[in-house]
Amino acid sequence: MKLDTTGMESAAPVWGSHNELVDGFSAAPSFELPNTTDFDGFQKEAIQMVKPAKGTTTLAFIFKEGVMVAADSRASMGGYISSQSVKKIIEINPYMLGTMAGGAADCQFWHRNLGIKCRLHELANKRRISVTGASKLLANILYSYRGMGLSVGTMIAGWDETGPGLYYVDNEGGRLKGMRFSVGSGSPYAYGVLDNGYRYDMSVEEAAELARRAIYHATFRDGASGGVASVYYVGPNGWKKLSGDDVGELHYRYYPVMPSTVEQEMAEVTGA
Amino acid sequence: MARYDRAITVFSPDGHLFQVEYALEAVRKGNAAVGVRGTDIVVLGVEKKSAVKLQDSRSVRKIVSLDDHIALACAGLKADARVLINRARIECQSHRLTVEEPVTVEYITRYIAGLQQKYTQSGGVRPFGLSTLIVGFDPYTGVPSLYQTDPSGTFSAWKANATGRNSNSMREFLEKNYKETSGHETIKLAIRALLEVVESGGKNIEVATMTKEHGLRQLEESEIDAIVAEIEAEKAAAEAAKKALAAPKET
Repeated sequence: MKLDTTGMESAAPVWGSHNELVDGFSAAPSFELPNTTDFDGFQKEAIQMVKPAKGTTTLAFIFKEGVMVAADSRASMGGYISSQSVKKIIEINPYMLGTMAGGAADCQFWHRNLGIKCRLHELANKRRISVTGASKLLANILYSYRGMGLSVGTMIAGWDETGPGLYYVDNEGGRLKGMRFSVGSGSPYAYGVLDNGYRYDMSVEEAAELARRAIYHATFRDGASGGVASVYYVGPNGWKKLSGDDVGELHYRYYPVMPSTVEQEMAEVTGA
Repeated sequence: MARYDRAITVFSPDGHLFQVEYALEAVRKGNAAVGVRGTDIVVLGVEKKSAVKLQDSRSVRKIVSLDDHIALACAGLKADARVLINRARIECQSHRLTVEEPVTVEYITRYIAGLQQKYTQSGGVRPFGLSTLIVGFDPYTGVPSLYQTDPSGTFSAWKANATGRNSNSMREFLEKNYKETSGHETIKLAIRALLEVVESGGKNIEVATMTKEHGLRQLEESEIDAIVAEIEAEKAAAEAAKKALAAPKET
């Protein structure tokens, strides 16, 4: 069954194969689809099979001094924890960061691809690309692969001429500008802590501590999040990694074990 | 499909691309066009063929806008110009769509020049027969720019330039008389350059200015006439002053 793309094709060029000369809008790609009885149902099933739930916690927020970005580091395949040390904050270039949620391969590949595009933009235009532009480039790519099973829930955080920028971009092709975002299965828990403690005028240390706590609380309750809580700061001079703390250690730092007073001491029974 | 694959633009034994050079000839036969860059304004001026009585002159605008902050004037084949302008306008919008930012003057000039170059290296097509003068303001820095492209696909930035008929005389005039100007002075300089080769009068020239605040503005015929009168008056005064200086020496 061949996808009917005749409605999407642009006017055919007069001289056949010289497609570059009629660029602007090139013909939409077409491809063979599987022979099935129930195509729509099959497609839904295939997507469900491929779609990993975004088992992770990532968050980012804009505050007075810049952007704070934090993430956990656990990768899980169902109930199996495949890694506790995944780098979920991807360095696109010295002044822009991306977070990873969803398919690790998808996120890593497309962020590197975005890095290439950003660099080419810099070389062509003799100025850095804005966070708006970079997030738009990624969103356009993801939109063109819509429905093909990509799983990407990412935040693009950076500092450009207009100041700090933060965008949420996902595999549906959605793109949102915002001040606070959290993405992943642990995001509800992170939002609770983040929204409660957020103030625009925080210092860098206060903001880092808020981000760290939010990730810790998410890892505490969400089974698919854990490992190390990494915190990055993006300021006018670019990004800087502030900390990477094991969440187990963070737990005992926040809730140290008090030696409990024993109310009744069990005495050794003498004799019988 | 008809096989128009054979290249029309091929090298000659002594390294020339004759089609491109012939295209430059076509440009040299086109109407005169001049562009001058000031500190806060850029001015484009184009020669208008003497008013054909029944033609509606408003439909033959020779200075067009590519975007809010970029305008273009050209010399050469006007039909080719229409095609190139349409592609450039699409590219301006496409750039806004993909990176949510307006194009820089250099970017769109590079695009147009690239397009002109492509047609010198493809089968079955001839080069575009026009040179363009592209003016605009950088959307971020607010710096005004003037660029020129030609049928070979090269481009460069200029403080002032002319193309089309008698462009050499205009360029010589500009080289002699160019200085950093702003506002009204820049408009006068552009019109003075055009008047070197064009019959004076508002109905023979079309002038447009581009400023950061107001974008592209076409000057009315009456405004042009007023400036022409100003220029003539200045010329007359300069002549009289020269004569007055010369006179005492005779006695």
